Amino acid sequence: MSISHPSVRLAGSPGRRRRRSDLLPALVFVLPAAAGFTVFYLWPAIRGLYLSLTSYNVFTPPRFVGLDNYDRLLSDHLFWNALKVTAEYVLINIGVQTVAALLLAVLMHRLTRSLVVRGVLLLPFLVANVIVALVWFWMLDFQIGIVNQMLDWLGLERVAFFGDPDLAIPTIALVNTWRHLGYTALLIFAGLQMIPPAVYEAAAIDGASERQMFFRVTLPLLRPVMALVLVLTVIGSFQVFDTVAVTTNGGPINATRVIYYYIFDMAFNRFSFGYAAALSSVLFVLLAGIAYIQLRLTRAGETDLA
Amino acid sequence: MKGRISVLALAALLLSGCGQSTTDPGAGPVTIDYWMWDTNQQPQYQACADAFTKANPDYKVKITQYGWSDYWSTLTAAFVSGTAPDVFTSHLSNYPQFAAQGQLLPIDDLVARDKIDLSLYQDGLADLWVAKDGKRYGLPKDFDTVALIYNKQKLKEAGIDPKELDDLRWNPQDGGTYEKLIARLTVDENGKRGDEPGFDKKHVATYGLGLNSSGSGSGQTEWSMYAMSNGWAYGDRNPWPTTLNYADPRFKETIKWFTSLIDKGYMPSMSIVTSGVAQMDAYGAGKYAMVTEGSWNTKAYWALKGVESGLAPTPVGPTGKRASLFNGLADNISATTDNPDAAWAWMKFLASPACQTDIVADHGVIFPAIKQATVRAEKAFAKQGIDVKPFTMHVEQGTTHLALIADRWADVSAVMTETMDAIFSFKAPVDSLDQANEKVNALLG
Repeated sequence: MSISHPSVRLAGSPGRRRRRSDLLPALVFVLPAAAGFTVFYLWPAIRGLYLSLTSYNVFTPPRFVGLDNYDRLLSDHLFWNALKVTAEYVLINIGVQTVAALLLAVLMHRLTRSLVVRGVLLLPFLVANVIVALVWFWMLDFQIGIVNQMLDWLGLERVAFFGDPDLAIPTIALVNTWRHLGYTALLIFAGLQMIPPAVYEAAAIDGASERQMFFRVTLPLLRPVMALVLVLTVIGSFQVFDTVAVTTNGGPINATRVIYYYIFDMAFNRFSFGYAAALSSVLFVLLAGIAYIQLRLTRAGETDLA
Repeated sequence: MKGRISVLALAALLLSGCGQSTTDPGAGPVTIDYWMWDTNQQPQYQACADAFTKANPDYKVKITQYGWSDYWSTLTAAFVSGTAPDVFTSHLSNYPQFAAQGQLLPIDDLVARDKIDLSLYQDGLADLWVAKDGKRYGLPKDFDTVALIYNKQKLKEAGIDPKELDDLRWNPQDGGTYEKLIARLTVDENGKRGDEPGFDKKHVATYGLGLNSSGSGSGQTEWSMYAMSNGWAYGDRNPWPTTLNYADPRFKETIKWFTSLIDKGYMPSMSIVTSGVAQMDAYGAGKYAMVTEGSWNTKAYWALKGVESGLAPTPVGPTGKRASLFNGLADNISATTDNPDAAWAWMKFLASPACQTDIVADHGVIFPAIKQATVRAEKAFAKQGIDVKPFTMHVEQGTTHLALIADRWADVSAVMTETMDAIFSFKAPVDSLDQANEKVNALLG
């Protein structure tokens, strides 16, 4: 029971200064999250790093193999393919999602305060990911999907959205964009409400058009919020898994074998837990690097509202 | 002081959350955890479970069903976390891996002690469950074979008498009468048939033959019946082959012919097949006139609304014989079960005539492993208007081939899925099988 240790020590010494007495409740509030973080993230991450240096099939004890897994990874065409298709997914998903969500948020901000509109926008996000994926999978079926039926009526050629290797990743990326769009828009919308109306009034007095206000006022002042939204959505986007798992299973051929699906496949279907841990470690380093670069480039810690 | 109390309360919460998994011994019957994947079969095994509890009031069976696609990863996770079921339905492709890792309970002593008569089962089925270590891990519960399922209406429209389907012949050069039939049953959007001039292979309304997938390394219901009727075998021996035969000319010419059906527009392309709904749904919507299917799916096809189906045997190949994979499921017991006696009692019951002949056969969903039960299952199917001879004739005529059991099947499968998907999508030549075969042989090494 080491978790109760620090608080017992602190509580045992009365008569502290005010700053100190704030520390105790603060620690208590942080404790559950810290405990959860340690047990479910920090420890597994450290153990994963260790396992990535072993040959491990979960049933027999891990055998230390040094950097063998990383060596194998470099010459594994499926690993490089996974990075490529994941990057393609993230670019389409985040690109479309961010631009569309920003437009939606600004429209909401400037045109309507309706809770109903906000609710409707959030609706797709409230449906479980797997269900969204399956419903689209069926709607987009080449032969009997309703979307292809409609293309047929319009006199257009049918399209194998999930089945065509060139279209599978864009399709999955756009299905998930559809689901997350409202949620991202709401995050940005919240950021918009922090911009003081006085700034807009001043801009209006100076004769700025709606367009100018967007590019000169809204966007710059929204930068910290956009940075946060981007970091969160990009990391989430890299972790795409369930949509692939219930639709294409990594196919056609390897067109949608994204990195998370490849890791899962290696570990739970093929018992290569050591190798899967190495793949995860590389992904961890990649994501940490991307988040750092994003935060630096967008100066997320600073605000122009001073 | 408040802080301390809440920390203690939290600690108490954490502790109470962790430590309450032990069950009270002697309180009521022992519950046996049983897993399976096929929802179609759950009713009959629930009936077996009820009969089992009636005969053994000390035991209760809790059946949990997981879909096939998550079944094995869920099971792996359960083994790792110590929450594996006591007994579970198992598959020949997957059990060797678990057996090799010591996760399954060997039952040799129990079989000997209780004098289980292994000759009760269809020939060869029982020994499929003896792993590489020479130990037995399962008792057979059913068998399955492959046949053609056709849409009666589509046959009528094409002017074909279903009797013609009894004598279909196939060869890798021109596809024989079998390909002629498939071509005839294919109709494009203008109503032109596959064997008529002006047939538009790019706009097909109904394909003569459906496709489920590229079949990976097994092709059980996709291409195994052709390849094996062309004299091909999966490996140098079965079980536990040391080399696999995917580079064999007989296999390559079979695949070349089979994929040519896609090119000719008689069978859907891989992008259509993987674009959404499963083969059965497309068949149900009238998009396929025929499909090749495993016996376990029969009843699901007959439950499709708006389609009247019939069964026909798979075609005779260059060997002069038909061929079908002969696969069978069995139950396995987890090595970590808390109650091996209860688990064994339930497994034994599942493998007994009391369950297989008296209950499972009469449900008419699958063919039980016990020889005597086949006739009874045929009758149960007949009662539902299904003549299952096209499935059972393989057993009577000795045209079954036992399903392959090999080491590292998951790794072999990964290589073969990639290779076969590429060949079926015409992104790689059939000769890419040479390289793939070297890869999978290295895995077996």
